[in-house]
Amino acid sequence: MIESNKNGGGHAEINETVSSRRELTAAGAMIRTQPFWVLVAIIAIGLVMSVISDVFMTERNLYNVTRNFAFFGIMALGMTAVIVTAGIDLSVGSLMGLTGIAAGLAMQAGYSIGVGFAACMGTAIVVGLINGILIAYLKMQPFVVTLGMLAMARSISMVISNNKMIYQFGPDQDLFEWIGGQNIWGVPNPVWVLVVLTVIFIVAFRYTTWGRWVFAVGGNAEAAKLAGIPVERVIVSVYVVSASCAGLAAFLMVGWFGSVTNALGLTYELNVIAASVIGGANLMGGIGYAVGAPIGAALMELIRNSLLLAGIDALWQQFFIGLFIIIAVLLERLRNRGS
Amino acid sequence: MRGVSKSFGAIQALQSVDFDIVAGEVLGLMGDNGAGKSTLVKIIAGNYPPSAGEIVLEGTRVRFSRPLDARQCGIEIVYQDLALCNNLTAAANVFLGRELKKSIGPLRYIDHGAMYKRASKLFAELKSETRPRDVVRQMSGGQRQAVAIARTRLSDPKIVLMDEPTAAISVRQVAEVLDLIRQLRDSNHAVVLISHRMPDVFSVCDRVAVLRRGRKVADKRVFETSPEEITGLITGAIESA
Repeated sequence: MIESNKNGGGHAEINETVSSRRELTAAGAMIRTQPFWVLVAIIAIGLVMSVISDVFMTERNLYNVTRNFAFFGIMALGMTAVIVTAGIDLSVGSLMGLTGIAAGLAMQAGYSIGVGFAACMGTAIVVGLINGILIAYLKMQPFVVTLGMLAMARSISMVISNNKMIYQFGPDQDLFEWIGGQNIWGVPNPVWVLVVLTVIFIVAFRYTTWGRWVFAVGGNAEAAKLAGIPVERVIVSVYVVSASCAGLAAFLMVGWFGSVTNALGLTYELNVIAASVIGGANLMGGIGYAVGAPIGAALMELIRNSLLLAGIDALWQQFFIGLFIIIAVLLERLRNRGS
Repeated sequence: MRGVSKSFGAIQALQSVDFDIVAGEVLGLMGDNGAGKSTLVKIIAGNYPPSAGEIVLEGTRVRFSRPLDARQCGIEIVYQDLALCNNLTAAANVFLGRELKKSIGPLRYIDHGAMYKRASKLFAELKSETRPRDVVRQMSGGQRQAVAIARTRLSDPKIVLMDEPTAAISVRQVAEVLDLIRQLRDSNHAVVLISHRMPDVFSVCDRVAVLRRGRKVADKRVFETSPEEITGLITGAIESA
């Protein structure tokens, strides 16, 4: 830089414009990210709501809101990893049904909660592996593979549950229902899980080679391959992670409901994808934020809650959530054009 | 390389090509589109194995089944399309696949600071104004080139293959890249420069080889030939030399 400035007046001018495009400071980088602006929107909506509704800021309401979005936030974390690799996982909703039923069946049969949890997560990992292997090694399109899995997982959960509701969870029923339905220090347990997972994802994305490779694969899979990154294994891993998040969310949600049917998680995949995208994940791959997942999920739940409290017909809910998805993507487009 | 051939189905991309690459020498590899240059590069880089023939490196026969094998044998490649991840920073690209790590007890994590520092030094050596923290998407052609070249400097490679390194950059930056090639040669590396640009080849190469339709038609020292002769060899106006 300094060297080339000595080359003469003509170059100095060019170099000045290059160096005036300063490296970003931490704060500067942050305000350029989608999650930051969504967080601003959340705070703005929160302020407005606390003025026009007496109920909004009550402990009870905030408790419900945070618990409701925790399940979606957990799944959106896994979905974000998938989307960063330029993939998509449509099977998470059905997988909730399947893993929830698997956990329920195990515990209904009299096994401990440990076995129930293992059945739940084991099922999730197997399904994630199938998705990942088909996509990474057989080079099938993520959309098609996971769409097929959406149908198959739902069907299997109907078959193994014999289309019956499960509401008896064996010897550890109380513990199981406490984990999903109760709280520690006034914060719902699923929210704690979401907080811990979010921190884990932030660290994993930033400080592990796995995280670095996930972003590299999404940015340019060919270049990643040439750099010696095991691209196929990275792709399999993100689908296993996404499936595991769905399994975990199902385990918590069944505990909260105190019962499970094979309809658990029906159409949730759309909400989860929406949460990831609102949180800044780019469906083209290469861009996504761990903190975006809970923030995106929070915004969606907040809109739902606000419409309810403001007395607007519940039939409008989907409209506003859809509107926000489009606005979020539009804002990102505009910001990128600016830089 | 001895008698290296490669065919894709009925298409014979390379026919029994022999090559010597010597440390401390820059070999220019020229040829028209479809002459087999890229195929040759990909064989040396380990992207695919030759259909026939062998590669001997320092007296031992080597077989590469993937790019990593070639890299471990000391062969670094600068690809024509540069093979960079646009969404990552310059430093992240330089260290892609061999990230620097730090440990706290049993935990190992990516050491961003060390990578920025090391990348910064590499860019300074290359006299490039590239900044390690910049995202590649926002960079100029020359800066991208610097990132791709900096990557080969991480290890101390025996052979550096450069596929059209000067195709997409400004005149001033071309001079910088050529300087770098000379620098590599003087530090006793073997450099293979694949290029369409005659002036570049003649200004920096010690030896020039020409491929035409999958055959090597010439392999001469630069001072024994001329741009006119090479052009004739490339187009086929001169059969061989």
